[in-house]
Amino acid sequence: MITVQPALESLTILIAEDSAADRMLLSSIVRRQGHQVLTAANGAEAVEMFRQQRPQLVLMDAMMPVMDGFEAAAQIKALAGETLVPIIFLTSLSENQALARCLEVGGDDFLAKPYNQVILAAKIKAMDRLRRLQATVVQQRDQIARHHEYLLNEQRVAKAVFDKVAHSGCLNAPNIRYLQSPYALFNGDLLLAAFTPAGDMHVLLGDFTGHGLPAAVGAMPLAEVFYGMTAKGYGLAETLREMNAKLKRILPVDMFCCATMLCLSVQNRSVEVWNGGMPDGYLHSVASGERTPLTARHLPLGVLSPPTFDDRTEVFPMALGDRIFLLSDGVIDTCDADEQLFGVQRLQQVFAANRQPDTLFEDIEQALRDFRGEARDDVSMVEVSLPAPTQASPPLPIYSDSGQSCPLDWSASFEFRAATLKRFNPLPYLLQLLQEVHGLRAQSGALYSVLAELYSNALEHGVLGLDSSLKRDVSGFTRYYQQRNARLDELEDGYVRVHLQVTPQGEGGCLAIRVEDSGKGFDVGRVLERPVDPVRLSGRGISLIRQLGHNASWSDDGRSARVEFLWKALA
Amino acid sequence: MADEHLDLDALNELREVMEDAYPQLLDTFLADSEERLQALREAGKAAQLVGVAHSFKGSSSNMGAVKLVALCDELEKNAEKLSPSEIHELITAIDLEFAIVRPLYEAERQRSLAES
Repeated sequence: MITVQPALESLTILIAEDSAADRMLLSSIVRRQGHQVLTAANGAEAVEMFRQQRPQLVLMDAMMPVMDGFEAAAQIKALAGETLVPIIFLTSLSENQALARCLEVGGDDFLAKPYNQVILAAKIKAMDRLRRLQATVVQQRDQIARHHEYLLNEQRVAKAVFDKVAHSGCLNAPNIRYLQSPYALFNGDLLLAAFTPAGDMHVLLGDFTGHGLPAAVGAMPLAEVFYGMTAKGYGLAETLREMNAKLKRILPVDMFCCATMLCLSVQNRSVEVWNGGMPDGYLHSVASGERTPLTARHLPLGVLSPPTFDDRTEVFPMALGDRIFLLSDGVIDTCDADEQLFGVQRLQQVFAANRQPDTLFEDIEQALRDFRGEARDDVSMVEVSLPAPTQASPPLPIYSDSGQSCPLDWSASFEFRAATLKRFNPLPYLLQLLQEVHGLRAQSGALYSVLAELYSNALEHGVLGLDSSLKRDVSGFTRYYQQRNARLDELEDGYVRVHLQVTPQGEGGCLAIRVEDSGKGFDVGRVLERPVDPVRLSGRGISLIRQLGHNASWSDDGRSARVEFLWKALA
Repeated sequence: MADEHLDLDALNELREVMEDAYPQLLDTFLADSEERLQALREAGKAAQLVGVAHSFKGSSSNMGAVKLVALCDELEKNAEKLSPSEIHELITAIDLEFAIVRPLYEAERQRSLAES
């Protein structure tokens, strides 16, 4: 909308005319119309006068001595730059060519002699409108440019802050490859990865609704929950529940976050998956060449209230070298000129045609370009394999306490009963408690792994009575976890007891862990005789416990497991 | 006879626009015109003639000197193709026409001064 002020503003108008009588006459006419008048008798004077006084409009005779009107007009236009200074040529030129030249050099209109007051007033008014319009356009353009600069700066700052948060994880780990535009954050895309205390890796690819800063803002609390809970040893279910609750609480109703979260376990050679609203991911088995889709089974994070949120995950066996591919909807929702979607089928064609796994991203990008002609900037892709076991040693947390108050002679017993076993993961709390013992901190990874193994053995094989031999093949693996979820849902009785005993031994000390369950027990002798299963889809993780802990032993027909951790004097 | 040479409506309008400066405008026009006639007589090249004739035509049109406008226009348009004697003839005609309008403008000036 352009609003023109009804009352004509008084302008300063330069009259360049070599004929004294014409100059005098025109000055009078213009003054009578309420404007200020500057005069010049030739082109050079006109240019100089313009330089000094910056009039808003110029009436210019074409034919003048010293410097003609054409040259003067060109110079004035150059001096005026972005400001529109309308130039009306005063002329009795009758030749079309000369009239055309007036416009070519930058003139905006003509006024023929003899002068007509009415026409002149109308032309000045029209030119003034044009002048204001141009001024408004320039002003608004500058304003937009300033806003844009401001916005970019905000994004730079936000990105810098966010990079600090997001890159505190392990996206640079050698088992992760990813592709994200530098400002993917502002398209709502989010990629996080971190090691658990046991050396498993959690990966999350998220996609917030919306764009720009609003989309980026939600990423911060999500990342904090992700890193905080992963580092403390929480599993996918608890972490997802907490992320959902937090987003539900802080985000407006129309905002939520589609996400796929993975837990890659080297020890179990498995991947646990939760997909809420993201496109299918794919688990590519190197041995079979098969691609298992990791389909969305849930609503995005931040949609459901905490009681209705579904944290059920799926677990798939995964061999070293197998790859998981996750992608954002920017890939399959890319449109061509006819609004056709790239789609899942085309993506699968790229998979099928891909011969060199390391060039998969490039192949997909090329396919998108071929399809559309230009790349979207909200395409996120990530490919992960199992982390190498040596890789799985997270940096030790830094503790600020001096160690003077370290507890060295104590014991504690816990009993977790059915209703608790259904939903609560006690491991982070137990680990945190044990971290108070300085001598144990250096082996917290092993401690966590053993504790996790003992607990899941007690829960799954003991309380739930699941048969670990089910996990021998891929379909059995899936059935195992289906049964686990089903039996846990139906669980009414049973318990897992954890006894911790810390005793000083000379300058060092000893932690004894005993885990008991209410299950049927197992034939300890037979299991211990069995050779270690190299693929380790089954086997109760008993060899892991014997490797990492001391004096591992089973009693009460396998219902009670005991293991020790020792430490020497601290330096 | 005056309206054959001068556009009286134009003069009325000028008087209204210029108010007190009207006599000065008439003076200025007459002085300008003398200079231009001199320039026409002295012009050596056709291009110079075209330039002066063009300016003279413009001023004359503003001042309502209709016959002078027509003669200057003829000179401006044809200076390139007329013979020297034809040009001389045309300049003489312009001279003559100015000699006719000059006293008319002077009379107009007197009248204006007398009224104010």
